[in-house]
Amino acid sequence: MPVDLDASAAAPPAGAAPAALELSRVVKSFGAVVALRSGTITLHEGSIHALIGENGAGKSTLVKIIAGLYRRDAGEFRLAGEPVDFHSTAQSKAAGIAVIYQEPTLFPDLSVTENIFMGRQPANRFGRIDRKAMRAEAQEIFARLGVTIDPDRVTEGLSIADQQIIEIAKAISLDARVLIMDEPTAALSGVEVERLFAVARSLRDEGRALLFISHRFDEVFALCDTVTVMRDGSYIATTPIVETSVDELVRQMVGRDVAELFPKLPAEVGGDVLVVEGLTRAGVFHDISFTVRSGEIVGLAGLVGAGRSEVARAIFGVDPYESGSVRLGDRALPKGNPRVAMQRGLALVPEDRRKQGLVLDESVTRNITLAIRGALAKAGLIWSARENEAAKLWASRLEVKTAALDAETGTLSGGNQQKVVLGKWLATEPKVLIVDEPTRGIDVGTKAEVHRLLSELAQQGMAILMISSELPEVLGMADRVLVMREGHLTGEFDRAEATPEAVMFAATAEKEHAR
Amino acid sequence: MTATLERPPATHPVGRAVGRVFKARETGIVIALVLVVVVATVRNPSFLFSGDGFRDLLLTPSLLMLVAVGQAIVIITRNVDLSVGSILGLTAYLTGRLFIDAPGLPIIVVILAGVGVGALLGLVNGALVAFAKVPALVITLGTLYIYRGINVAWAGSDRINASDLPADFRGLGTGQLLGLPILTIIAVVVLIVAAWYLRNLRSGRELYAIGSDPAAAELYGLRVTRRILAAFLVSGALSGLAGVLYAARYGTVSSGAGTGWELQAIGAAVIGGVAISGGVGTLWGAAIGAYLLLTINRALPILGIEDFWQRAVVGALIIGAIVLDRLLALRQSRKLLEAREDGR
Repeated sequence: MPVDLDASAAAPPAGAAPAALELSRVVKSFGAVVALRSGTITLHEGSIHALIGENGAGKSTLVKIIAGLYRRDAGEFRLAGEPVDFHSTAQSKAAGIAVIYQEPTLFPDLSVTENIFMGRQPANRFGRIDRKAMRAEAQEIFARLGVTIDPDRVTEGLSIADQQIIEIAKAISLDARVLIMDEPTAALSGVEVERLFAVARSLRDEGRALLFISHRFDEVFALCDTVTVMRDGSYIATTPIVETSVDELVRQMVGRDVAELFPKLPAEVGGDVLVVEGLTRAGVFHDISFTVRSGEIVGLAGLVGAGRSEVARAIFGVDPYESGSVRLGDRALPKGNPRVAMQRGLALVPEDRRKQGLVLDESVTRNITLAIRGALAKAGLIWSARENEAAKLWASRLEVKTAALDAETGTLSGGNQQKVVLGKWLATEPKVLIVDEPTRGIDVGTKAEVHRLLSELAQQGMAILMISSELPEVLGMADRVLVMREGHLTGEFDRAEATPEAVMFAATAEKEHAR
Repeated sequence: MTATLERPPATHPVGRAVGRVFKARETGIVIALVLVVVVATVRNPSFLFSGDGFRDLLLTPSLLMLVAVGQAIVIITRNVDLSVGSILGLTAYLTGRLFIDAPGLPIIVVILAGVGVGALLGLVNGALVAFAKVPALVITLGTLYIYRGINVAWAGSDRINASDLPADFRGLGTGQLLGLPILTIIAVVVLIVAAWYLRNLRSGRELYAIGSDPAAAELYGLRVTRRILAAFLVSGALSGLAGVLYAARYGTVSSGAGTGWELQAIGAAVIGGVAISGGVGTLWGAAIGAYLLLTINRALPILGIEDFWQRAVVGALIIGAIVLDRLLALRQSRKLLEAREDGR
């Protein structure tokens, strides 16, 4: 029998557990944006490995490369020592990799059992699906996991926790050797998290390799044995969990100079303009109280999913809330009525500009004047001369770069689209401007322009609430920083006190876990 | 501790089966169908208790049933096939032309030609939908007109007459076997095979998965393109078969044959509980829906309802079916939610 030299060369040193999965200096970019500069991670059998990092650190890109959703541009990817290159999720699945996403992807109309086995149901030699065997196997897996889920019910209406259990059952039925859980606990209650952890530990004890992505340090320390930190698309460090601490991990996560990238212009801060008191929506956000004063930029920091956008939407009136109040100036704002909110001078520039902010196949002019159509109309009709005038004014004030004002908005770059959305709301001449991730996915140059613009608006006396997941942006721009974590306000810092460590800590760790 | 429903242990298997029958969405339409037949028969006993009455009851909906089964397969994948009426017309005319232009051609060859052409036209639909990624509604609206246009250009003002067709072939459309119309037997056999396939084979279940969540189907690594192609092919082939049998049943085929059948087929599927958004429903439901639709059409004149109102009744039936489905879904989700809250 010929000796496979490659395999023996790649064999691990004696005594060490073999690497189930190995990524080294993996690169991935989308157009000009580099999402992953240097992704490096090594997963071992019988181990639970944590992957942590800020939003945009490249964790999700890394996972998607492992899952076969993206193909890497460069770097090495080995599975049990063998180099692999996946073109599709089917290939990674066949290689024994299972990925459990934060939002499980199941077929809502089909039964639990069918969801577990879809595409590879046990069948007799005529191809007839053996429902009994399938159901029995599903029950056996559930019994092993110690959960009770009716295998015959449809998955529609199952809690996220149960849906994740089904995804795990799927992975087990596939006999996956590598299990990746992308923020599985984000939507779970305490009991559900405990159950998930018990399952994860039993899978580890069976000799599988697990990768656990989480923002919660307490969970990382409770569950994992090794932790890898990523930052800005690059690998930073891998440490055994017993040799590190929350403080050190936070330092590794943010460890960069927060330079004065964004020159904040001094502005005169006046009286309270937006007053939010005790805003609560069960399961989404709880008892949120804060104020924004005129001429002030208040940054709302936190991790994705902390409930920041939901608060903004509730204030503006697109989403409901159960208790609490919103005051604009000295008048209370009725809930659930964005029309009135707009009339009183509130503007919301949403997070997803392509879906919520713009009509992409309409002209720039139409988009800019979308929110002021009523004011533009004369005798019920909109005259294009007035429309063009208004559009021209805002396009030039914001320096929108477009071939023509009647060009389709979809043809503009991301940064310029963002300016059009801003223009649309600024045209309503608001007193309070809420911007949700104003610079996501736009280039550095335009980013600086957007920042300059916000800064100028504050100088003119506008009250601005800026939601951002980018720490440098928040720290650079905001006069005051509010931090949300899992639906609660967990911190408020003045510009002077707002250090990256302090904000990150409030966004991630529970107080009792501070060490 | 877990947030799930715990179902009481299953009782006797027979009890479970009975329970399933009562809970099935199809039961409702069967009851409606029986009700229509009973009322019409009370009014006019010959509706059921005469040789012709019984035969017509079975015969009339058979062709629509074939088309509705094909349509339901497509709808289950979250698509729709508006061209089935045009395919039916084209293959019906083709059948007549073959008998006129190539006399002596064996009947079975003609049937296969009709089914084959139908399958081909269905494949064109499927390829456009699956590869061009254009919504099926638009694609098949286009091919509805194109296929009909070909038919009109080919037939002109000509039409096929019963005298052009061999007697043996006509016998397919009118004959009986063991007291049952041959057409009905064919339709039921097709239904049984197709329904069995959809329920018991992997590729059949994947059609439901694709319709339930196309994005998840891609993530699961299912062969979405191939399955959608196959669904349209089957729908075309069944419409082709229905076209051949249309010629056999009616004898006369003009260029307008089958106009409007697509809407009846969709209506039948919806009435039968096939969700227009895909992933839900059975072929049995669609087939019974077709029976209900056409039986009501025949019963209403007996009940003395004017022509105008007959159409309105069909419309009300379709809307009623959708409202019923929506209400059931709401009740179901509320129940599941309550169970979840209780579990916490």
